[in-house]
Amino acid sequence: MSSSLLARYADCIFWLARNVERAENLARILDVHETFSRDSRGNQNWLSIVQLYSDEKRFFEKHAVATAEAVLRFYVLDGENPTSILSAVRNARENARTLRPLISTEMWVQLNVFYNRLNALEAHDLSPGGLNRLFNSIKEACQTHTGVTEGTFYRDQSWYFYQMGRYIERADQTTRLLDIKYHLLLPRDADVGSAVDLSHWSALLRSAAGYHAFRRLHTSSITPTRVAGFLLLNQSFPRSVALCLNEFDGLLTELKSRYVLRGGNAAAEAIDELRSLLQAHSIETILHRGLHDYIDLIQRHLIAITNHLRMDFFGHQPDADMDDQAGQNSQTTAPATEA
Amino acid sequence: MTDERTDSVLDGYVPGEFYCEMLRNPEADKVRERLAKLSITELRRRATDAESELYNLGITFTVYSDNLAIDRILPFDVIPRVIAAKEWALIEAGVIQRVAAINELLHDLYHDQNLLKDGIIPAELLLGNANYRPLMQGVDLPYRSYVNICGTDLVRNAEGGFMVLEDNARTPSGVSYVIENRHLMQRAFPDLLTDIGIRPVDNYGFKLVQAMREIAPKGIEEPQVVLLSPGTYNSAYFEHVFLAREMGIPLVEGHDLVIRDDRVYMRTIDGLTRIDVIYRRLNDEFLDPEAFRPDSMLGVRGLMRAYKAGNVALANAIGTGVADDKAVYAYMPRIIKYYLAEEPILPNVETHICREPDALKYTLDHLDELVVKPVGEAGGYGITIGPRATKEELEDCRTKLLADPSNYISQPTISLSVSPTLIGNAVEPRHVDLRPFAITGEKTWVLPGGLSRVALRKGSLIVNSSQGGGSKDTWVLE
Repeated sequence: MSSSLLARYADCIFWLARNVERAENLARILDVHETFSRDSRGNQNWLSIVQLYSDEKRFFEKHAVATAEAVLRFYVLDGENPTSILSAVRNARENARTLRPLISTEMWVQLNVFYNRLNALEAHDLSPGGLNRLFNSIKEACQTHTGVTEGTFYRDQSWYFYQMGRYIERADQTTRLLDIKYHLLLPRDADVGSAVDLSHWSALLRSAAGYHAFRRLHTSSITPTRVAGFLLLNQSFPRSVALCLNEFDGLLTELKSRYVLRGGNAAAEAIDELRSLLQAHSIETILHRGLHDYIDLIQRHLIAITNHLRMDFFGHQPDADMDDQAGQNSQTTAPATEA
Repeated sequence: MTDERTDSVLDGYVPGEFYCEMLRNPEADKVRERLAKLSITELRRRATDAESELYNLGITFTVYSDNLAIDRILPFDVIPRVIAAKEWALIEAGVIQRVAAINELLHDLYHDQNLLKDGIIPAELLLGNANYRPLMQGVDLPYRSYVNICGTDLVRNAEGGFMVLEDNARTPSGVSYVIENRHLMQRAFPDLLTDIGIRPVDNYGFKLVQAMREIAPKGIEEPQVVLLSPGTYNSAYFEHVFLAREMGIPLVEGHDLVIRDDRVYMRTIDGLTRIDVIYRRLNDEFLDPEAFRPDSMLGVRGLMRAYKAGNVALANAIGTGVADDKAVYAYMPRIIKYYLAEEPILPNVETHICREPDALKYTLDHLDELVVKPVGEAGGYGITIGPRATKEELEDCRTKLLADPSNYISQPTISLSVSPTLIGNAVEPRHVDLRPFAITGEKTWVLPGGLSRVALRKGSLIVNSSQGGGSKDTWVLE
């Protein structure tokens, strides 16, 4: 009775993982921003969050000014905003609903309860005093999902697609974080070398849960170059772009050989190319030539890889508009850059 | 006695003139004694836990209202409905007989039509039926099994006799609740279940997939079975998921399937995989835009060609809706005698077919005593219950009857049996019915018990989930 995984399920499980990963990253970024990203006068620049996700247009249709309150509401509770935590978790829950024949009951129940809890939140739950606890609970719920999945999900073809989704989303999120923060955090004259400047860089690391790992590696000072190098090229840090791509590459190779699949060659070539790109230059060279263009190139590669998966495994047509396929999977959850 | 917390469950429970499933059943003694040891508060606490579990598990059905889709849990009553072994033996035999007669009827209708030649039933009732499918004419099915999954709705009258209220021979739903209700009871009331000796229900998925393999096209060693669902927005999606899991088969939607050379394939990550049997939870008219409704987005273009070529089995077969028509129902006792030369084991409820002038006249004359039902509707919609109706409702019913008599049947009101049911913080009698599920491949097997639906509104006779009904765990004793 065992047969190859339904193409639609592969698509759906890939996006389930991406949606949860996205929610977790967003919670991390908002949390750290709230806590640590203050300049010497104690001000925060909440606009940078909106820029991070290229959401300026949609955000300013709803809000006149990027106040803390408005940005938090937009990214946590606003179900109409496709890049909010609520939307990511709702999409993950819808993915899980479609995948119920495939995933474990525990995976479904955890996501169902998680979504119902988020959906019941109201504006006053975003009061300054409780924010840290809220973000922690979201982060933990996402990590619980990962743990429940690790412990209960049957290891067949779908497991590979799940993990590939998680790593490609994580790589993407890390590049976004670095892209926007790097420019924002380039030191202004008055702040150079000051305690405030250092706290910005450590906040960036904390967003990616990399502060302590970084400290172990670099006992001397935190410099922009080192932080960027760590997040992009480190081979051991679980959220670095290089590690995510290595994992992805290994998963794809194993999936293809274990199940003798015909598809996936184009994605494998694309990931090889991207890994070569990462290995080709030192972080100093990358920064010298321009970090933004470099990150842009990585992101375009990531999109290309996803598109290869869509065509080879998920049953999409090469030139087809995304709208013609399964409802909540790709198109409504894809970041603006993929649409 | 005013302190509610010390009241035990059945204190103050008075079923009145109705037949009570709990008090009138001597074999339920043990269950009754154990319930008596529980306080209402304890029962309420466990019921509340069970409800929140249902919500967390997402065991829901979807109700559509003003274009809004709302996920609701089917209300679950924790006091079980107990059926004695002897009573069950009768029900089981009656259901098997009924399914056999329905399958014979369909085989005959789609082949020689002897039934019509012998004048057992008016030809236009079958041939003019909206669910009659001419394309099935001459199609041979393994074991003549048209209705592989059948739900037979039974009620119990004031004397305690079971009667058939209607047959569901298309895509009967509700079996997932039978099994989930049992699991819920096992978790919430282990102390109530221990040593009672209850027939298990959790091999339903296994029996179903076994029957699906039996009806596969000949010569296929390991048939690939799938469940075809309309998708996540269907009100019964939870059940589709449940059954696919219990059967260990893929749950597919129309666009996952494709027809090539009159064979069915599903799209996988490694290309197309051949499909041999489809348990479809989609009505005939949506299955294939080429053969039926051209606007259906849910089906598979060309599926009927593959079906007629004998390259795929469908469960239930196409065109079974003729058999569960409410007007055809009236002829079932005669149909049973005609094909099986047996008396019906389970009687019908007396039925007046309003297309017949005498029956129409009788119905109009006794409108305030009768239940009038449209023949085409399911889900308890459009029913007028004479004794409960207002003058305006009766007049409205009369107008509709006169405008289109053949769309209606009428039946006497049955004094349905009741079962003790937790309502708020009290236990009160509520009317129940029973839907056993029969699976037919080579032979027919009946799941012990079935879905006991309970009308939660006081005095209400309508048990449908879409009309405020709930369900109970049904214990068939060994």
